[in-house]
Amino acid sequence: MKKEIPAESTGRVLTWLQDRYDLSAIEYLIKKKEVPIHRHSLWYYFGGITLFFFIIQVFTGIMLLLYYRPTAEAAFESVQFIMTEVHFGWLIRSIHSWSANLMVAAAFIHLFSVFFMQSYRKPRELTWVTGVVLLLLSLGFGFSGYLLPWNELAFFATKVGTEIVAVVPFIGEFLLKFLRGGEDVTGATLTRFFGFHVAVLPMITTLILVFHLWAVQKQGMSVPPQFENKKTSLKSMKFFPNFLLRDVLGWIIALGVLAAVAAIFPWELGVKADPFAPAPAGIQPEWYFVFMFQTLKFIPAKVLIFDGEMLGVLGFGIIGVLLVLVPFFDKKAVLGETSKLLRAFGIIAIVYILVMSIISYAVPQTF
Amino acid sequence: MKSKKIFLINLFVLSGGWFCFLFSQSPEQADNVNSCVSCHLEMGDELAVPVTGMEQDVHDRLGLSCVSCHGGDPKAGLDGDLEAAMDPAKGYIGIPERSAIPQLCAKCHSEPNYMRQFNPRVSTDQFARYKTSVHGQRLQRGDTKVATCIDCHGVHGIRNAKDARSSVYPPNIVKTCGKCHADSEYMKDYGVATDQVELYSTSVHGKALLEKGDQGAPVCNDCHGNHGASPPGAPSVAFVCGQCHLNNSELFIKSPHKMAFDDMDLPECEACHGNHAIEHPTDEMIGAGEQSMCIDCHEDGSKGFETAVTIRREIDSLKGKIHFADSLVSVAERAGMQVSEAKFQLNDADDALIKSRTIIHSLSVDQIKESTGEGIKLTDAATKAGWEALDELQFRRKGLAISIILISILALGLYLKIKEIDKKYPFKTEGE
Repeated sequence: MKKEIPAESTGRVLTWLQDRYDLSAIEYLIKKKEVPIHRHSLWYYFGGITLFFFIIQVFTGIMLLLYYRPTAEAAFESVQFIMTEVHFGWLIRSIHSWSANLMVAAAFIHLFSVFFMQSYRKPRELTWVTGVVLLLLSLGFGFSGYLLPWNELAFFATKVGTEIVAVVPFIGEFLLKFLRGGEDVTGATLTRFFGFHVAVLPMITTLILVFHLWAVQKQGMSVPPQFENKKTSLKSMKFFPNFLLRDVLGWIIALGVLAAVAAIFPWELGVKADPFAPAPAGIQPEWYFVFMFQTLKFIPAKVLIFDGEMLGVLGFGIIGVLLVLVPFFDKKAVLGETSKLLRAFGIIAIVYILVMSIISYAVPQTF
Repeated sequence: MKSKKIFLINLFVLSGGWFCFLFSQSPEQADNVNSCVSCHLEMGDELAVPVTGMEQDVHDRLGLSCVSCHGGDPKAGLDGDLEAAMDPAKGYIGIPERSAIPQLCAKCHSEPNYMRQFNPRVSTDQFARYKTSVHGQRLQRGDTKVATCIDCHGVHGIRNAKDARSSVYPPNIVKTCGKCHADSEYMKDYGVATDQVELYSTSVHGKALLEKGDQGAPVCNDCHGNHGASPPGAPSVAFVCGQCHLNNSELFIKSPHKMAFDDMDLPECEACHGNHAIEHPTDEMIGAGEQSMCIDCHEDGSKGFETAVTIRREIDSLKGKIHFADSLVSVAERAGMQVSEAKFQLNDADDALIKSRTIIHSLSVDQIKESTGEGIKLTDAATKAGWEALDELQFRRKGLAISIILISILALGLYLKIKEIDKKYPFKTEGE
């Protein structure tokens, strides 16, 4: 026989909590919050999906942490142990690796959808800024985590990846040594990356993520300018339960996609890194860095009197800064108008990323 | 007053005595006074050459000097009396005759009691062995072009053989022997080849020593001897090679080849492997292929020919199975599957292959089959483990695929629930 919790006991708990803490915000969220419905509502779910993958990362990451050993001598063997000896260790590792990639993918989709819907306009400027920073942090998670299994591909990709920062004017050499913990990629780099991956980045991400989520809940969902003018005719649904259940449905579909890619492409262990061996063929960074690597390869070694690679790195740096500052120079968005220039920039960026990535995978690479 | 005078005299005598004591030479130093070095250096040019670098000489370091070999009286030279210093009556011999050099060195090096004071374990049979060598025998017959002690060890500035800068330190020996043996002009009267150094450099031994720096690799004297240097006779080649390749040598000596080679006066190991240009042996050397050594003697259809073909087939079979199992296990390992036991089995199978290649020297098909059989058993086990690991990988993938079905059912159920909820809490238009 099904045993139900008496309603009055739940009420007593809530009353007890209400006496001590102001729960009106939660009450509002449950009872009053509305989510606008329009033909671009689908994109709202990608923020939640990104969050879902992040939660998976935290839990699977903690499980991996129980067995992982961050030294050049033991890292590969510990991952091998996780995959071969630990019950369902292979599953946890595969999910952690795939979920990381899907999280970055979902974050990119979320970023571009917010960009095109101009949801960054007043009063959500800081939500956008923190969102872009969270995406950059996700890339940092990806870059630092890629090295941790200490396999051949990861080792040489990290070597190439860290080399690029050396071209940054004035501080390049310092950055290189700071990232590597010395002149070259060694066990010191691995320990350092491990520290970034499990302590520094999670701490910063958690703080920013809390603000980002708080801001989203506080300010509600943004309506694209083209619908805002017809606000009176816009439909809306209750956040709880209608939207939340749809969010959960999105999470379940995301879980299905995760299971599918993990089944079709099981994450490999690879071959242990040998720092003295020559770089093997087919070294590729993670897919989300590929368009930048390909760009750097296309830039001539010298552009006028400047180092081509340095110009490329500076270019990406400037684009990153401009991306963060988009809400502050898109004056039309506040007026409910669309900036054709920014829209064109967004479309070109997507096409550019796709084309460069396709070229990189289609043409054999030698980094 | 008188007592004061006596005191001062005593003080003077005593202080003078101390002065003399401090600045006079010790008896040992006095004996070692060497006018040869100072005069020769002073005269310079070619006369200075013999004494330049003498401070590095092992003899000089042990307290010996020019007089120990050349005789004479270096003390007399200190007074400027060169004639007395180089007086034949005082044992001065000047530059020794080449033919007399071995005896000259042997004066000390063949005296165990004398040599023991420097090194209790040093051998003193160099001269006796030298006399048995081709060099020594030709020297006795009056050929002074042959190598004597100084041609290999140097003259002034001789270093200990364990000194890496010594001309007889193992990695330097090839160059030292090659000084004469690679000089076709110098060797033209002897009718021997002068390409040994060149051939050795291309050999498996030469590459190990000269390219990889492996000092365990044999050099000229390891096969030919050093002081008793001579080419090994045909029947003793297996013993020479067997110093390092013990198993191969023992199997060969017990094999039917031993008697046949002796009858045909073939130089054993050398007949198949060569001498100075020994290449890394390959499986192609066996069987009936173009590079086979067997078909040089065994005609098609003969028993030897059939044996060669069978041996090659056995080796190829094991090698092929190891290659396949290794590829399979590597795929599973890269995928993160547990194959450590299979890898141990493959290591043991590799050992069985090496053992089988060694057993080839016995020419016993039964022994080879027994060895390759062990390897094949191990390889089969590794292959099975490899397949099982890949099956397990597929099982995991299927498990995940099934989970997708469950997730889809869950998603569908939730979708239907959402539809129901939407009816319960319908969408509102702004302002309602």
